[in-house]
Amino acid sequence: MRFEGTENFVATEDLKVAVNAAVALQRPLLIKGEPGTGKTVLAQEIASALGRDLISWHIKSTTKAQQGLYEYDAVSRLRDSQLGDARVHDIGNYIVRGKLWDAFEAETAPVLLIDEIDKADIEFPNDLLLELDRMEFYVYETRQTIKAKQRPVIVITSNNEKELPDAFLRRCFFHYIKFPDRETMERIVEVHYPGISHLLLHEALTSFFELRDVQGLKKRPSTSEFLDWLKLLLVEDIAPELLREKNAAKLIPPLHGALLKNEQDVHLFERVAFLARRG
Amino acid sequence: MFLTFFLALRAAGIKASLREFLTLQEAMLQGLSGFDTEHFYYLARSILVKDERFLDRFDVVFGEHFKGILNPAPEIAGEVAVRELPREWLEKLAEKHLTDEEKAQIEAMGGFEKLMETLRQRLEEQKQRHQGGSKWIGTAGTSPFGAEGYNPEGVRIGQENGRNRKAVKVWDKRSFKNLAGDAELGTRNMKIALRRLRRFAREGAAEELDLNGTIRSTARNAGYLDLQMVPERHNAIKILLLLDIGGSMDEHIKLCEQLFTAAKTEFKHLKHLYFHNCPYDSLYTDARMRRTDELPTLDALNKYDHTWKLIFVGDASMSPYELTQPGGAASFFNAEAGQVWLQRLITHYPKAVWLNPTAEPYWKHTHTIGTINKLMEERMYGLTLAGLDTAMRRLMR
Repeated sequence: MRFEGTENFVATEDLKVAVNAAVALQRPLLIKGEPGTGKTVLAQEIASALGRDLISWHIKSTTKAQQGLYEYDAVSRLRDSQLGDARVHDIGNYIVRGKLWDAFEAETAPVLLIDEIDKADIEFPNDLLLELDRMEFYVYETRQTIKAKQRPVIVITSNNEKELPDAFLRRCFFHYIKFPDRETMERIVEVHYPGISHLLLHEALTSFFELRDVQGLKKRPSTSEFLDWLKLLLVEDIAPELLREKNAAKLIPPLHGALLKNEQDVHLFERVAFLARRG
Repeated sequence: MFLTFFLALRAAGIKASLREFLTLQEAMLQGLSGFDTEHFYYLARSILVKDERFLDRFDVVFGEHFKGILNPAPEIAGEVAVRELPREWLEKLAEKHLTDEEKAQIEAMGGFEKLMETLRQRLEEQKQRHQGGSKWIGTAGTSPFGAEGYNPEGVRIGQENGRNRKAVKVWDKRSFKNLAGDAELGTRNMKIALRRLRRFAREGAAEELDLNGTIRSTARNAGYLDLQMVPERHNAIKILLLLDIGGSMDEHIKLCEQLFTAAKTEFKHLKHLYFHNCPYDSLYTDARMRRTDELPTLDALNKYDHTWKLIFVGDASMSPYELTQPGGAASFFNAEAGQVWLQRLITHYPKAVWLNPTAEPYWKHTHTIGTINKLMEERMYGLTLAGLDTAMRRLMR
């Protein structure tokens, strides 16, 4: 079973190779790339393309590796003991399963997404090394070993906020999602809004790439933002000619709020556009 | 299989491990690469490279290694293509830069044609060596053509007159000042950025009561009190500050002074050493840079190990010779070129940044800034609040 992209997701050749290799060799796949290039969506698409379940584990700055395995709910046990509940004698009643446990116990190997791993503490990836390598872990409270029935397909995304430890990286496949070029972008739009007018698409893409080229933007608009913007253009029924507006009063593309997310960028773009179109 | 390719990658500084190499073998055995070189390229890339900063370096090595064996994929071909330089373009630019005297010198060398021919050869040579991966051991240093010759700006012959802020030899005006000061006011915002560097690592003896831990373990103990202690917090950040003083830095001293004051109060382990323009054999423990203050750079490397974080503060503006040529230093004879020393420092300290007081838009006007930024793997930041913030974030990664 090979991953060839889906009708909702355009995968470039290098991405397909990386995904298929990671699936075949049963190694985790680490995905990096600019925000909004479809890192998280990729896991969903792999799951639907391979016909597997998706288990997502979203990482926050407070997430601990242990929480992915299991947690021992000591507080409810304490409460139960004071209430004289019979359940208190079996510690197993207070073990709460984590996402990794769910993934290991599933009947068919699911796709496990570990989203934004760089958000967590710097030691987080190291704490998962053995678990991801051997696909098993030990529950101290109940003295049992949980072993994966089938090795799940693991997709890990990172936004590059922290550097990941070498030992962890050595166990992964790595893919950096490049920002799509114009041609890929057209295919992506075709997937999301089939039958969009060519003229509108052409003008919108031109404005979009012009905007991305502006030096010194704090946050450059991404693919997902472009798709949102395009949707707005369609909903508002903006004429393609309007995007080509040369009038000094309308320097900035209509509905730019979907693309530029802070006022400094808007000012910067206005200045640049003014200079460019005056000449 | 592909052992030489693997070794070439490692030689180029891509730290692929044996484990990854074996993974590649496994993938090949399973036929994952198909019989397609492009697929093989993608496969090898996703297995061997784990950092997007090295993707380009991988492309270069791949292109070099498989050149001739296969028709490289388009993106690799772009990397290998040797650029043709328009002749007239060079001539015109050189003409503009030459004085009559220099023209006479050129005559002595065999005329303009000959010079241009030599230049072209040099360019060719450098381009090839660059592809070979050892990009900084260039011919450029010994040539009259500046550091990276294929920018026609670099055709600068002799260069005795020293352009704006590029002293070739600074013998006099060694009016260095100690950078310590009490310019406390106005440095508050810098302090905020520097504070990022503080990471509270828990280590040492148990000293404080851990309230959360106590509650948790008491609950686990079914209500019987169980005291927990944690080590006291203290700042584990070690900073080695290398400050460039004198010469072209004079106008930036004020800015540095402020940063320095801010830094001094923030870290427990902070060591500041000084250099002039570019670090060579010795660093100085005092801004006056007298012989008695000398500390051999190698000693510094041994004394402050790789767990220290290195911050350069300097404008990185100097004559290209000071960076690329043995004996090019402004104030003494250096047996090894400045960039060799810089590279040594950068390799020794994985966590290093360069703060440049020159405003970022002007960086492209000074050649050595670009060179050093490349050496630093693009970790040069402006000495502004925003620049400092990104630099600190980079250090903490």
